[in-house]
Amino acid sequence: MSGSTTLNTVLAGEHVLVTRINTGGSGSKRLLDLGLVPGTRVEVVRRSPLGDPVAYNIRGAVIALRQEESSQVLVNKIL
Amino acid sequence: MLGVIYLMGLTSQSTGISVNREQFNFPTAGNQPVIALAGNPNTGKSTLFNALTGLRQHTGNWPGKTVLQARGSFSHDGCRYSLVDLPGAYSLLAVSVEEQVARDFICFARPDAVIVVVDATCLERNLSLVLQVMEITERVVVCVNLIDEARRKNINIDAHKLSTALGLPVVATAARSGEGLNRLLDVVARVVHGKLKPEPKRVQYPAEIETAVSLLEAKLKGVWDGELNTRWVALRLLEGDINMVEFLAGDRDKGKIVAVREVLA
Repeated sequence: MSGSTTLNTVLAGEHVLVTRINTGGSGSKRLLDLGLVPGTRVEVVRRSPLGDPVAYNIRGAVIALRQEESSQVLVNKIL
Repeated sequence: MLGVIYLMGLTSQSTGISVNREQFNFPTAGNQPVIALAGNPNTGKSTLFNALTGLRQHTGNWPGKTVLQARGSFSHDGCRYSLVDLPGAYSLLAVSVEEQVARDFICFARPDAVIVVVDATCLERNLSLVLQVMEITERVVVCVNLIDEARRKNINIDAHKLSTALGLPVVATAARSGEGLNRLLDVVARVVHGKLKPEPKRVQYPAEIETAVSLLEAKLKGVWDGELNTRWVALRLLEGDINMVEFLAGDRDKGKIVAVREVLA
């Protein structure tokens, strides 16, 4: 069950594991640089009032991603 | 009198490699060793810069604050050093202008030592930059900053273990209070003067990549031997790094342009 959902669909308070980054090129490089490599645990911290961007705790830093970025990140939920 | 000189942000049109320091507005007169401060955004590079130089370069917590690099100098044990505060970067793969400034400086101006400042409270996410810097140069000192914050959060950093794992000297500091700065300077001075030779444990890639790298590297060596880290450039070219291609092609020496075409063919 690899990459059952994308990061943008995960609700605040939930934890996920990254399985894959979908885009190629510099977009995915950026996400990898931010620490979103496969196997990384990510916590959805909170959603901004309009729902976008969303704050994520990635390896000890809270980082806000927009929908267009977070929708490229395939994740598995941790129950 | 201490003065601080702000350098222009170095974009691809303003650089083009001639692989020297003049290009980076470095008067080479005086032969002061040049030390660069690199690190992720918000790890305290500018605070460290100010603590070492006694200058008051603006510090603050927002991204892209140091797009221009600041330069100052300091003395340690009777020797004077130039210190360059590079903009914060998550990586040297040069996506943003800040990252490009940092990368160009480390790669092309070739400082005598690079201090990579990492945040002790979230060490893990800072280490990828360390790995990238040590792919370019072995003269790297890791400065685990904000060690006071880490202590407050009950995070213990085993500097010795980290040093063994990376093959680099590691010094824990709290730039705000000045803790560890003397030790940091001692270690940096020893690296600059060749008394301490870091042996970074570099990333080994899968066999097919390593083969491609050595093929490319052999060709690059014919043109830029001793001027560039050819292994690192070969890796960037394999990645299809357009900026890197432009840089190489932008080298003023025409003989080299021809060679780049051949290398890329």
